[in-house]
Amino acid sequence: MKDFATLVTRVDESTKTSVKTAALVDYFQTASDADKLWTIALFTGRRPKRTTTATRLREWAAEVAGLPDWLFEDSYNVVGDLAETIALVLPPSAGDEDKPLAEWIAYVRHLSTLEDDDRKAGILDAWSRLPQAERFLFTKLLTGGFRIGVSAKLITRALSQATGQPEAELTHKLMGNWTPDTVTWETLIEADDPTADLSRPYPFYLAYQLDSFDDLGSPAEWNAERKWDGIRGQLIVRGGEHYLWSRGEDLMTDRFPELAQLRDYLPDGTVIDGEVLAFSDERPLPFNALQKRIGRKTVPKKLLTEAPVVLMAYDLLEHGGNDIRSKTFTARRNQLSLLIKDIPSEAPMRLSKSVDFTTWNELSAARDQSRDLGAEGLMLKRCDSPYLSGRKRGDWWKWKIDPLTIDAVMIYAQAGHGRRANLFTDYTFAVRDGNELVPFTKAYSGLTDAEFREITAWVRKNTLQRFGPVRQVPPTHVFEIAFEGIQESPRHKSGVALRFPRMLRWRRDKPVDEANTLDDLKEMLATYG
Amino acid sequence: MADVLTFTDRGIYCAAGDFYIDPWQPVDRALITHGHSDHARSGMGRYLATEGTAPVMRHRLGEITLQTASYGQQIEIGDAQVSFHPAGHVPGSAQIRVAVGGQVWVVSGDYKTVADGMSEPFEPVTCHAFISECTFGLPVFKWTPEDVLTRQINDWWAANAAAGRTSILGAYALGKAQRLLTTVDVSIGPILTHGAIENTNDVLRGQGIPLPDTTRVTPDTTHKTHPGALVLATPSALGTSWTRRFGPSSTAFASGWMALRGVRRRRAADRGFIVSDHADWDGLNSAIKATGADKLFVTHGYTSSFRRWLTDQGYDAHVVSTDYQGEGFDKDDEGEG
Repeated sequence: MKDFATLVTRVDESTKTSVKTAALVDYFQTASDADKLWTIALFTGRRPKRTTTATRLREWAAEVAGLPDWLFEDSYNVVGDLAETIALVLPPSAGDEDKPLAEWIAYVRHLSTLEDDDRKAGILDAWSRLPQAERFLFTKLLTGGFRIGVSAKLITRALSQATGQPEAELTHKLMGNWTPDTVTWETLIEADDPTADLSRPYPFYLAYQLDSFDDLGSPAEWNAERKWDGIRGQLIVRGGEHYLWSRGEDLMTDRFPELAQLRDYLPDGTVIDGEVLAFSDERPLPFNALQKRIGRKTVPKKLLTEAPVVLMAYDLLEHGGNDIRSKTFTARRNQLSLLIKDIPSEAPMRLSKSVDFTTWNELSAARDQSRDLGAEGLMLKRCDSPYLSGRKRGDWWKWKIDPLTIDAVMIYAQAGHGRRANLFTDYTFAVRDGNELVPFTKAYSGLTDAEFREITAWVRKNTLQRFGPVRQVPPTHVFEIAFEGIQESPRHKSGVALRFPRMLRWRRDKPVDEANTLDDLKEMLATYG
Repeated sequence: MADVLTFTDRGIYCAAGDFYIDPWQPVDRALITHGHSDHARSGMGRYLATEGTAPVMRHRLGEITLQTASYGQQIEIGDAQVSFHPAGHVPGSAQIRVAVGGQVWVVSGDYKTVADGMSEPFEPVTCHAFISECTFGLPVFKWTPEDVLTRQINDWWAANAAAGRTSILGAYALGKAQRLLTTVDVSIGPILTHGAIENTNDVLRGQGIPLPDTTRVTPDTTHKTHPGALVLATPSALGTSWTRRFGPSSTAFASGWMALRGVRRRRAADRGFIVSDHADWDGLNSAIKATGADKLFVTHGYTSSFRRWLTDQGYDAHVVSTDYQGEGFDKDDEGEG
């Protein structure tokens, strides 16, 4: 695993994409096929199943290091990563074991099959034999998570340089349902036919936020439709089976069983891009109806009736088994409407309708109706554009409505994880209610690094009380919180839950007694909930 | 029995001798452990420090009334007997021992237990009560051995020089920078220094501390005039336009905080070398044990965790809040506590 550890160290050490890519290329040119395959799998989220619970790993590491549990916990709160904390607190190892990555993964999977005591012995033994960098990676494999700053895009670029294949083709090859058990380096990377795997999706095309109409040219060149607030999904019907993929490459087929009936209406060799949307009485339900279904692998009956979904279709990528992504948007869209027009309305499929407009002013007026229609803005797509992959500027734009905002008081702070370890970045906010402050949301994004550092220094000096990793601070700072939606929630003390809350700005100009009140929040709930 | 030292809002105070140790508010008489700006502040009536600390204090604080002492020299101040003992933090740095009526208390200042080849090595001082810093008072902080560290830095510099890149290394101007200077392999290439570091170099050379030859960076200094150079820069100069003159470069940062991946990545340097002039976890624990003290006061650092740990070990341990900053891990950030 030394070569893999070297790769991770090189990638981790640098902030330059060129250096990271070079490290990956070196690795892909020298490692064994089995190791390369596992490396791609790990960096694209296909990791072995978690071997044991984080709680057990904490206990065992604290035991080996001779530390009380609370001190291990305090350390973890500073480091912000479990595997790293373990690698740091364990006594130095005398061992210098170097087995290939694939063998370590086989070992980790073998550990999963053992009883707890044997598993513990196996893990402690590995810890004692591995040097620090490898110990960290081995523990990362045990915990299941493997995020270390290598994106799928970076992997594809490096693979392209190492193999001479075009990036777009490799992107497609790396998508889908494969694991290192179902493919080989040869079949995954070297073989020509990317559709050999029936479940394999196309890379999603992602839009940028529109900031001006200046470069768009004539309105006639554009198609507009609503921007739906659901989950992006790609529905594949091939070989009599159907598959539903999320943008994050999660296979969601079983989570939305009602879409199975679409197999009756869609011919084999059909791939549709659209939005999975909780939908009832020809109207989208609020996002949190869908939220209840997202986390579940299977769905109880009650939820199926409370939050039925449709696929709001907006693009056709494969038709009659042919990849039609290079055709124009208009052509693909016409094909899509033909395909959908005979599907009965009981079936969970709708065509995302175009919004008529001839001037940008008209479009702007249409955007103002978004909230009433349960949409979060508009999408603009260039009529003569092909379906691209990834986030590319130029042909697709999202034009979201302005978020709702409220001024709130920071009352708790907590340190972040990963790159934000040791910085106070996660805050709890409250609104005023008479002399009380009622917490109603958390937020951890939207400020600059300099602002986070300034607040971190302030929190350190102004901590009133500590609750584990959480610091209570005096109500001093007011922030403008932006959010996309507001819902009633019996689980929250304030009675509301916000959708996608973040800090819009630090209101240094506002004293605490000018922050918004619980009544203001309830009024927003009545208006927008 | 009365406490030898008490903790006031001006600093650590000795009533028997009517003096303060490392005060952060103006007082008449100040005993100073070392020359870093959070310990040696301006505005005191009279100062007392070691001979090795005096030059840098004069350099930083200008005209001051300063009396010096050698390590181990016994000084009577009122009813207190005072002496300075090496702390191993930077050249001249000291722990201050205060004895009053048979009770001995020691203030550690900042310290490290490993020898850095330049500072007078840390000397354990037996005492009843020990006031210890704990900047790195968590078991995740364990420093890279000196020989491994030196090899890492030399390898990085040599690889950069061979690839035509300038090596820019960020380190604190007093102590860390000079410590690195004395360990790097000068045969690899020329060594350039940021003005703030070179000023400190001049002071230390003036007091007889041997440092390799260095060249102060001026507007005319570039990677063309000094190919393959190692540039020692202050942490705040990293990532600013000051570094642009050096052409293609690799940047590194030398700090104890580099032990944490999160901080390393946030720092956005190409490399992080784990090196500190503070004691690591094992250093803190062994130093405390060696004093034989049963009463402990912990200052700047992970104070609440470290106090709890010491209490678990059977010590009578307390947290004292001070204005000392330890080693900051972000440019405009100070240490915990």
